[in-house]
Amino acid sequence: MKVKQIFLAAIILMVFAVTGVMTVAYVYNNTHEQILENERLALLSSINELIPSDQYDNDIFHDIITVEGHDLLGSDNPIPVYRARKNGWPLAVVIPVIAPDGYNGRIKLLVAIKLDGSLAGVRVVSHRETPGLGDGIETSRSDWILNFANKSLLNPDEKRWKVKRDNGDFDQFSGATVTPRAIVKSVFNALLYFRINDQKLFATTAEAEQIP
Amino acid sequence: MSDYATIIKDGLWTNNTGLVQLLGLCPLLAVTNTFINGLGLGLATLATLVLSGGIVSLIRHQLRDEIRIPIFVLIIASVVTAIELTMNAWFHDLYKILGIFIPLIVTNCCIIGRAEAFACKQPVGKAVVDGLSMGIGFTLVLVILGGMREIIGKGTLFSQANLMFGEKASALTITFSEDYPGFLLAVLPPGAFIGLGLLIACKNIIDRRALARNKAVSVAMPLAESS
Repeated sequence: MKVKQIFLAAIILMVFAVTGVMTVAYVYNNTHEQILENERLALLSSINELIPSDQYDNDIFHDIITVEGHDLLGSDNPIPVYRARKNGWPLAVVIPVIAPDGYNGRIKLLVAIKLDGSLAGVRVVSHRETPGLGDGIETSRSDWILNFANKSLLNPDEKRWKVKRDNGDFDQFSGATVTPRAIVKSVFNALLYFRINDQKLFATTAEAEQIP
Repeated sequence: MSDYATIIKDGLWTNNTGLVQLLGLCPLLAVTNTFINGLGLGLATLATLVLSGGIVSLIRHQLRDEIRIPIFVLIIASVVTAIELTMNAWFHDLYKILGIFIPLIVTNCCIIGRAEAFACKQPVGKAVVDGLSMGIGFTLVLVILGGMREIIGKGTLFSQANLMFGEKASALTITFSEDYPGFLLAVLPPGAFIGLGLLIACKNIIDRRALARNKAVSVAMPLAESS
Protein backbone atom coordinates (compact mmCIF):
# COMPACT_ATOMS: atom_id res chain seq x y z
CA MET A 1 0.00 0.00 0.00
CA LYS A 2 2.74 2.42 0.96
CA VAL A 3 4.72 1.66 -2.17
CA LYS A 4 1.64 2.42 -4.23
CA GLN A 5 1.27 5.78 -2.50
CA ILE A 6 4.87 6.66 -3.23
CA PHE A 7 4.54 5.79 -6.88
CA LEU A 8 1.34 7.77 -7.20
CA ALA A 9 3.00 10.81 -5.68
CA ALA A 10 6.01 10.35 -7.93
CA ILE A 11 3.82 10.15 -11.01
CA ILE A 12 1.90 13.29 -10.09
CA LEU A 13 5.17 15.09 -9.49
CA MET A 14 6.49 13.85 -12.82
CA VAL A 15 3.41 15.06 -14.67
CA PHE A 16 3.99 18.53 -13.24
CA ALA A 17 7.69 18.40 -14.04
CA VAL A 18 7.00 17.44 -17.65
CA THR A 19 4.32 20.13 -18.03
CA GLY A 20 6.63 22.71 -16.50
CA VAL A 21 9.51 21.79 -18.77
CA MET A 22 7.21 21.83 -21.81
CA THR A 23 6.02 25.33 -20.96
CA VAL A 24 9.54 26.58 -20.50
CA ALA A 25 10.67 24.89 -23.73
CA TYR A 26 7.79 26.48 -25.63
CA VAL A 27 8.62 29.95 -24.34
CA TYR A 28 12.31 29.35 -24.99
CA ASN A 29 11.64 28.40 -28.62
CA ASN A 30 9.55 31.49 -29.14
CA THR A 31 11.99 33.92 -27.55
CA HIS A 32 15.32 32.36 -28.46
CA GLU A 33 15.81 34.16 -31.79
CA GLN A 34 14.70 37.49 -30.41
CA ILE A 35 17.15 37.10 -27.51
CA LEU A 36 20.02 36.28 -29.91
CA GLU A 37 19.04 39.25 -32.08
CA ASN A 38 18.98 41.52 -28.98
CA GLU A 39 22.40 40.29 -27.98
CA ARG A 40 23.72 40.84 -31.51
CA LEU A 41 22.35 44.40 -31.65
CA ALA A 42 23.66 45.16 -28.18
CA LEU A 43 27.08 43.82 -29.17
CA LEU A 44 27.14 45.84 -32.36
CA SER A 45 26.21 49.04 -30.56
CA SER A 46 28.87 48.38 -27.92
CA ILE A 47 31.45 47.80 -30.67
CA ASN A 48 30.44 51.06 -32.31
CA GLU A 49 30.84 52.91 -29.03
CA LEU A 50 34.44 51.68 -28.91
CA ILE A 51 35.27 52.12 -32.57
CA PRO A 52 32.96 54.69 -34.22
CA SER A 53 31.33 53.17 -37.29
CA ASP A 54 32.77 55.87 -39.59
CA GLN A 55 36.32 54.80 -38.78
CA TYR A 56 36.07 51.35 -40.32
CA ASP A 57 34.47 50.16 -43.52
CA ASN A 58 34.31 46.38 -43.22
CA ASP A 59 31.44 44.21 -42.00
CA ILE A 60 32.85 43.96 -38.49
CA PHE A 61 30.19 41.59 -37.26
CA HIS A 62 31.25 38.97 -39.79
CA ASP A 63 34.99 39.70 -39.98
CA ILE A 64 35.76 37.34 -37.15
CA ILE A 65 38.66 35.12 -36.27
CA THR A 66 37.89 32.46 -33.72
CA VAL A 67 40.74 31.93 -31.32
CA GLU A 68 41.17 29.17 -28.79
CA GLY A 69 40.28 29.94 -25.21
CA HIS A 70 43.15 31.24 -23.12
CA ASP A 71 43.72 31.96 -19.44
CA LEU A 72 44.46 35.57 -20.32
CA LEU A 73 41.02 35.91 -21.88
CA GLY A 74 39.27 34.22 -18.99
CA SER A 75 37.62 31.44 -20.94
CA ASP A 76 38.34 27.92 -22.10
CA ASN A 77 35.84 28.13 -24.94
CA PRO A 78 36.67 29.39 -28.44
CA ILE A 79 36.35 33.17 -28.59
CA PRO A 80 35.30 35.22 -31.63
CA VAL A 81 37.55 38.25 -32.16
CA TYR A 82 36.04 41.04 -34.26
CA ARG A 83 38.36 42.96 -36.58
CA ALA A 84 37.89 46.52 -37.79
CA ARG A 85 39.56 47.47 -41.06
CA LYS A 86 39.71 50.56 -43.24
CA ASN A 87 40.38 50.05 -46.96
CA GLY A 88 41.53 46.56 -46.09
CA TRP A 89 44.14 47.77 -43.58
CA PRO A 90 43.87 46.49 -40.01
CA LEU A 91 42.67 49.11 -37.56
CA ALA A 92 41.66 47.46 -34.29
CA VAL A 93 40.37 44.24 -32.76
CA VAL A 94 37.47 43.82 -30.36
CA ILE A 95 37.95 40.87 -28.01
CA PRO A 96 35.15 39.53 -25.80
CA VAL A 97 36.89 38.93 -22.49
CA ILE A 98 35.59 37.42 -19.28
CA ALA A 99 36.69 38.74 -15.91
CA PRO A 100 36.17 35.57 -13.86
CA ASP A 101 36.57 37.09 -10.41
CA GLY A 102 33.83 39.71 -10.13
CA TYR A 103 32.09 40.14 -6.80
CA ASN A 104 29.11 38.20 -8.06
CA GLY A 105 30.59 35.90 -10.68
CA ARG A 106 31.78 36.53 -14.17
CA ILE A 107 31.82 39.94 -15.83
CA LYS A 108 31.71 39.90 -19.62
CA LEU A 109 33.70 42.67 -21.26
CA LEU A 110 34.51 43.92 -24.72
CA VAL A 111 38.09 45.11 -25.02
CA ALA A 112 38.98 47.06 -28.16
CA ILE A 113 42.69 47.27 -28.90
CA LYS A 114 44.15 49.42 -31.66
CA LEU A 115 46.89 48.17 -33.95
CA ASP A 116 49.57 49.99 -31.93
CA GLY A 117 48.61 48.09 -28.76
CA SER A 118 46.74 50.92 -27.05
CA LEU A 119 43.15 50.56 -25.94
CA ALA A 120 40.33 52.03 -28.02
CA GLY A 121 38.19 51.37 -24.99
CA VAL A 122 36.47 48.84 -22.76
CA ARG A 123 32.77 48.19 -22.19
CA VAL A 124 30.84 45.85 -19.92
CA VAL A 125 28.52 43.54 -21.81
CA SER A 126 26.93 41.78 -18.88
CA HIS A 127 27.54 41.47 -15.18
CA ARG A 128 25.80 40.54 -11.96
CA GLU A 129 27.52 42.99 -9.67
CA THR A 130 25.59 44.53 -6.80
CA PRO A 131 23.22 47.26 -7.99
CA GLY A 132 24.25 50.60 -6.53
CA LEU A 133 27.77 49.44 -5.68
CA GLY A 134 29.56 47.44 -8.35
CA ASP A 135 27.47 48.63 -11.26
CA GLY A 136 29.51 51.82 -11.59
CA ILE A 137 31.28 49.90 -14.32
CA GLU A 138 28.32 50.59 -16.62
CA THR A 139 28.58 53.74 -18.71
CA SER A 140 25.05 54.70 -17.68
CA ARG A 141 26.10 54.78 -14.01
CA SER A 142 29.57 56.32 -14.12
CA ASP A 143 32.39 57.28 -16.43
CA TRP A 144 34.85 54.95 -14.75
CA ILE A 145 35.24 52.52 -17.64
CA LEU A 146 35.96 55.35 -20.10
CA ASN A 147 39.32 55.89 -18.39
CA PHE A 148 40.73 52.86 -20.16
CA ALA A 149 40.78 54.64 -23.53
CA ASN A 150 44.31 55.13 -24.88
CA LYS A 151 45.90 53.21 -22.00
CA SER A 152 48.44 50.56 -22.97
CA LEU A 153 51.03 48.29 -21.40
CA LEU A 154 53.41 51.29 -21.41
CA ASN A 155 50.85 53.77 -20.12
CA PRO A 156 50.70 53.28 -17.20
CA ASP A 157 53.70 51.08 -16.49
CA GLU A 158 52.86 47.36 -16.26
CA LYS A 159 53.32 47.38 -12.49
CA ARG A 160 50.76 50.17 -12.10
CA TRP A 161 47.95 48.19 -13.76
CA LYS A 162 46.08 47.84 -10.46
CA VAL A 163 43.44 49.72 -8.50
CA LYS A 164 44.67 52.46 -6.19
CA ARG A 165 44.13 50.36 -3.08
CA ASP A 166 46.67 47.88 -4.48
CA ASN A 167 49.10 50.74 -5.26
CA GLY A 168 48.09 51.05 -8.87
CA ASP A 169 46.80 53.82 -11.08
CA PHE A 170 43.10 52.96 -11.40
CA ASP A 171 40.31 54.31 -9.19
CA GLN A 172 38.07 51.94 -7.28
CA PHE A 173 34.50 52.84 -6.23
CA SER A 174 33.46 53.61 -2.71
CA GLY A 175 32.16 50.35 -1.31
CA ALA A 176 33.32 48.22 -4.22
CA THR A 177 36.95 47.32 -4.80
CA VAL A 178 36.53 43.77 -6.03
CA THR A 179 34.67 44.72 -9.21
CA PRO A 180 37.17 47.31 -10.55
CA ARG A 181 40.06 45.08 -9.49
CA ALA A 182 38.65 42.20 -11.54
CA ILE A 183 38.17 44.41 -14.59
CA VAL A 184 41.58 46.09 -14.43
CA LYS A 185 43.22 42.68 -14.17
CA SER A 186 41.32 41.23 -17.06
CA VAL A 187 41.89 44.24 -19.36
CA PHE A 188 45.58 44.00 -18.54
CA ASN A 189 45.54 40.30 -19.43
CA ALA A 190 43.81 41.06 -22.72
CA LEU A 191 46.58 43.53 -23.56
CA LEU A 192 49.19 40.88 -22.75
CA TYR A 193 47.35 38.45 -25.01
CA PHE A 194 47.30 41.01 -27.81
CA ARG A 195 51.04 41.62 -27.47
CA ILE A 196 51.71 37.90 -27.95
CA ASN A 197 49.16 37.32 -30.71
CA ASP A 198 48.68 40.58 -32.62
CA GLN A 199 49.89 39.12 -35.92
CA LYS A 200 47.56 36.19 -35.71
CA LEU A 201 44.54 38.26 -34.71
CA PHE A 202 44.59 40.43 -37.82
CA ALA A 203 45.27 37.58 -40.24
CA THR A 204 42.55 37.06 -42.85
CA THR A 205 40.91 33.66 -42.90
CA ALA A 206 43.22 32.43 -45.65
CA GLU A 207 46.31 33.62 -43.80
CA ALA A 208 45.04 32.29 -40.50
CA GLU A 209 44.94 28.77 -41.86
CA GLN A 210 48.65 28.95 -42.58
CA ILE A 211 49.49 29.87 -39.01
CA PRO A 212 49.83 26.62 -37.09
CA MET B 1 -18.63 40.50 -3.50
CA SER B 2 -17.44 41.79 -0.14
CA ASP B 3 -15.14 38.77 -0.15
CA TYR B 4 -13.31 40.19 -3.12
CA ALA B 5 -13.20 43.64 -1.50
CA THR B 6 -11.53 42.11 1.56
CA ILE B 7 -9.00 40.28 -0.62
CA ILE B 8 -8.14 43.47 -2.49
CA LYS B 9 -7.89 45.54 0.68
CA ASP B 10 -5.70 42.84 2.24
CA GLY B 11 -3.28 42.86 -0.66
CA LEU B 12 -3.06 46.61 -1.07
CA TRP B 13 -3.08 47.65 2.57
CA THR B 14 -3.97 45.49 5.58
CA ASN B 15 -1.67 42.60 4.72
CA ASN B 16 0.66 44.30 2.23
CA THR B 17 3.61 42.09 1.27
CA GLY B 18 6.19 44.84 1.52
CA LEU B 19 4.89 46.77 4.53
CA VAL B 20 3.15 44.23 6.79
CA GLN B 21 4.20 40.70 5.89
CA LEU B 22 7.72 41.95 5.14
CA LEU B 23 8.23 39.10 2.67
CA GLY B 24 10.51 39.33 -0.33
CA LEU B 25 12.76 41.95 1.22
CA CYS B 26 15.79 40.90 -0.83
CA PRO B 27 14.56 42.28 -4.18
CA LEU B 28 12.53 44.96 -2.42
CA LEU B 29 15.64 46.47 -0.88
CA ALA B 30 18.09 45.68 -3.66
CA VAL B 31 16.51 46.95 -6.86
CA THR B 32 14.54 49.94 -5.62
CA ASN B 33 17.24 52.48 -6.43
CA THR B 34 15.14 53.98 -9.22
CA PHE B 35 11.44 54.23 -9.96
CA ILE B 36 11.74 52.27 -13.21
CA ASN B 37 13.77 49.43 -11.66
CA GLY B 38 11.11 49.10 -8.96
CA LEU B 39 8.33 49.09 -11.53
CA GLY B 40 10.08 46.49 -13.68
CA LEU B 41 10.64 44.07 -10.82
CA GLY B 42 7.20 44.81 -9.36
CA LEU B 43 5.43 43.94 -12.60
CA ALA B 44 7.49 40.75 -13.01
CA THR B 45 6.57 39.72 -9.45
CA LEU B 46 2.94 40.66 -10.08
CA ALA B 47 2.82 38.44 -13.17
CA THR B 48 4.40 35.58 -11.20
CA LEU B 49 1.91 35.96 -8.33
CA VAL B 50 -1.11 35.97 -10.64
CA LEU B 51 0.05 33.06 -12.80
CA SER B 52 1.31 30.85 -9.99
CA GLY B 53 -1.77 31.63 -7.84
CA GLY B 54 -4.10 30.80 -10.71
CA ILE B 55 -2.32 27.56 -11.59
CA VAL B 56 -2.05 26.39 -7.98
CA SER B 57 -5.75 27.06 -7.50
CA LEU B 58 -6.64 25.21 -10.73
CA ILE B 59 -4.84 22.05 -9.62
CA ARG B 60 -5.78 22.26 -5.93
CA HIS B 61 -8.01 19.16 -6.11
CA GLN B 62 -5.30 17.04 -7.76
CA LEU B 63 -2.77 18.15 -5.18
CA ARG B 64 -1.55 15.63 -2.61
CA ASP B 65 -0.55 17.08 0.68
CA GLU B 66 2.85 15.40 0.94
CA ILE B 67 4.17 16.67 -2.41
CA ARG B 68 2.48 20.06 -2.55
CA ILE B 69 5.63 22.06 -1.76
CA PRO B 70 7.75 20.47 -4.55
CA ILE B 71 4.86 21.09 -6.94
CA PHE B 72 4.53 24.73 -5.87
CA VAL B 73 8.25 25.18 -6.41
CA LEU B 74 8.03 23.53 -9.84
CA ILE B 75 5.15 25.76 -10.90
CA ILE B 76 6.75 28.95 -9.61
CA ALA B 77 10.13 28.10 -11.14
CA SER B 78 8.55 27.38 -14.55
CA VAL B 79 6.52 30.59 -14.46
CA VAL B 80 9.54 32.68 -13.48
CA THR B 81 11.72 31.10 -16.18
CA ALA B 82 9.06 31.88 -18.79
CA ILE B 83 8.85 35.48 -17.55
CA GLU B 84 12.63 35.77 -17.50
CA LEU B 85 12.91 34.60 -21.11
CA THR B 86 10.11 36.91 -22.20
CA MET B 87 11.72 39.90 -20.53
CA ASN B 88 15.06 38.99 -22.06
CA ALA B 89 13.41 38.95 -25.48
CA TRP B 90 11.24 42.08 -25.28
CA PHE B 91 12.77 44.26 -22.53
CA HIS B 92 16.41 43.34 -23.05
CA ASP B 93 17.97 46.44 -21.46
CA LEU B 94 15.72 46.39 -18.42
CA TYR B 95 16.42 42.67 -18.08
CA LYS B 96 20.14 43.41 -18.02
CA ILE B 97 19.69 45.99 -15.26
CA LEU B 98 17.46 43.85 -13.04
CA GLY B 99 20.00 41.08 -13.58
CA ILE B 100 19.91 38.34 -11.01
CA PHE B 101 16.76 39.62 -9.31
CA ILE B 102 14.46 38.25 -12.00
CA PRO B 103 15.49 34.61 -11.39
CA LEU B 104 15.46 35.37 -7.67
CA ILE B 105 11.69 35.93 -7.85
CA VAL B 106 11.56 32.12 -7.57
CA THR B 107 12.67 32.42 -3.98
CA ASN B 108 10.51 35.42 -3.12
CA CYS B 109 8.75 34.12 -0.01
CA CYS B 110 5.56 36.02 -0.74
CA ILE B 111 4.88 33.87 -3.80
CA ILE B 112 5.08 30.44 -2.19
CA GLY B 113 3.49 32.05 0.86
CA ARG B 114 0.37 33.01 -1.11
CA ALA B 115 0.30 29.61 -2.85
CA GLU B 116 0.42 27.79 0.47
CA ALA B 117 -1.77 30.11 2.53
CA PHE B 118 -4.37 31.16 -0.02
CA ALA B 119 -4.33 29.85 -3.59
CA CYS B 120 -4.40 26.13 -2.75
CA LYS B 121 -7.62 26.55 -0.74
CA GLN B 122 -9.56 29.00 -2.89
CA PRO B 123 -11.34 29.02 -6.26
CA VAL B 124 -9.44 30.33 -9.27
CA GLY B 125 -11.15 33.73 -9.40
CA LYS B 126 -10.27 34.56 -5.81
CA ALA B 127 -6.72 33.23 -6.16
CA VAL B 128 -6.12 35.41 -9.23
CA VAL B 129 -7.58 38.50 -7.55
CA ASP B 130 -5.44 37.76 -4.50
CA GLY B 131 -2.32 37.47 -6.68
CA LEU B 132 -3.27 40.66 -8.48
CA SER B 133 -3.84 42.71 -5.33
CA MET B 134 -0.81 41.29 -3.50
CA GLY B 135 1.26 41.99 -6.61
CA ILE B 136 -0.06 45.53 -7.00
CA GLY B 137 0.52 46.16 -3.30
CA PHE B 138 4.12 44.94 -3.64
CA THR B 139 4.66 46.92 -6.84
CA LEU B 140 3.36 50.10 -5.20
CA VAL B 141 5.83 49.72 -2.34
CA LEU B 142 8.68 49.05 -4.81
CA VAL B 143 7.72 52.06 -6.91
CA ILE B 144 7.26 54.47 -3.99
CA LEU B 145 10.51 53.34 -2.37
CA GLY B 146 12.31 53.49 -5.74
CA GLY B 147 10.92 56.94 -6.45
CA MET B 148 11.91 58.22 -3.00
CA ARG B 149 15.45 56.88 -3.28
CA GLU B 150 15.83 58.16 -6.82
CA ILE B 151 14.70 61.69 -5.93
CA ILE B 152 16.88 61.89 -2.82
CA GLY B 153 19.83 59.93 -4.15
CA LYS B 154 20.09 61.17 -7.70
CA GLY B 155 17.77 64.17 -7.95
CA THR B 156 15.80 62.64 -10.82
CA LEU B 157 12.55 60.75 -11.31
CA PHE B 158 11.56 58.29 -14.05
CA SER B 159 15.13 58.12 -15.36
CA GLN B 160 15.70 55.35 -17.92
CA ALA B 161 11.96 55.13 -18.60
CA ASN B 162 12.96 54.30 -22.18
CA LEU B 163 13.98 50.83 -20.97
CA MET B 164 10.33 49.98 -20.41
CA PHE B 165 8.31 52.27 -22.63
CA GLY B 166 10.56 52.75 -25.68
CA GLU B 167 12.71 55.65 -26.79
CA LYS B 168 9.94 58.27 -26.64
CA ALA B 169 9.70 57.80 -22.88
CA SER B 170 13.19 59.25 -22.35
CA ALA B 171 11.40 62.61 -22.27
CA LEU B 172 9.57 61.52 -19.09
CA THR B 173 12.71 61.88 -16.99
CA ILE B 174 12.36 64.72 -14.53
CA THR B 175 15.59 66.29 -13.37
CA PHE B 176 15.02 68.43 -10.32
CA SER B 177 18.37 70.14 -10.27
CA GLU B 178 21.10 69.94 -12.89
CA ASP B 179 24.01 70.15 -10.44
CA TYR B 180 22.55 67.92 -7.73
CA PRO B 181 25.57 66.33 -6.04
CA GLY B 182 23.74 63.07 -5.32
CA PHE B 183 23.19 61.47 -1.92
CA LEU B 184 24.91 58.11 -1.90
CA LEU B 185 23.25 56.84 1.28
CA ALA B 186 19.86 56.82 -0.44
CA VAL B 187 21.23 54.81 -3.37
CA LEU B 188 23.05 52.23 -1.25
CA PRO B 189 21.26 49.40 0.62
CA PRO B 190 21.12 51.29 3.97
CA GLY B 191 19.02 53.91 2.21
CA ALA B 192 16.60 51.16 1.24
CA PHE B 193 16.29 50.02 4.86
CA ILE B 194 15.74 53.56 6.13
CA GLY B 195 13.25 54.29 3.36
CA LEU B 196 11.30 51.09 4.01
CA GLY B 197 11.30 51.86 7.75
CA LEU B 198 9.82 55.30 7.06
CA LEU B 199 7.16 53.80 4.78
CA ILE B 200 6.16 51.27 7.45
CA ALA B 201 6.05 54.04 10.05
CA CYS B 202 3.81 56.14 7.78
CA LYS B 203 1.46 53.20 7.30
CA ASN B 204 1.28 52.61 11.05
CA ILE B 205 0.52 56.28 11.73
CA ILE B 206 -2.29 56.25 9.18
CA ASP B 207 -3.68 53.01 10.65
CA ARG B 208 -3.57 54.39 14.18
CA ARG B 209 -5.31 57.60 13.16
CA ALA B 210 -8.03 55.58 11.43
CA LEU B 211 -8.44 53.43 14.54
CA ALA B 212 -8.65 56.46 16.82
CA ARG B 213 -11.23 58.03 14.54
CA ASN B 214 -13.34 54.87 14.57
CA LYS B 215 -13.17 54.73 18.36
CA ALA B 216 -14.17 58.36 18.59
CA VAL B 217 -17.15 57.67 16.36
CA SER B 218 -18.25 54.58 18.30
CA VAL B 219 -17.92 56.45 21.61
CA ALA B 220 -19.84 59.40 20.26
CA MET B 221 -22.66 57.28 18.87
CA PRO B 222 -24.14 55.92 22.14
CA LEU B 223 -23.89 59.39 23.68
CA ALA B 224 -25.87 60.80 20.85
CA GLU B 225 -28.50 58.12 21.32
CA SER B 226 -28.87 58.59 25.06
CA SER B 227 -29.29 62.34 24.89
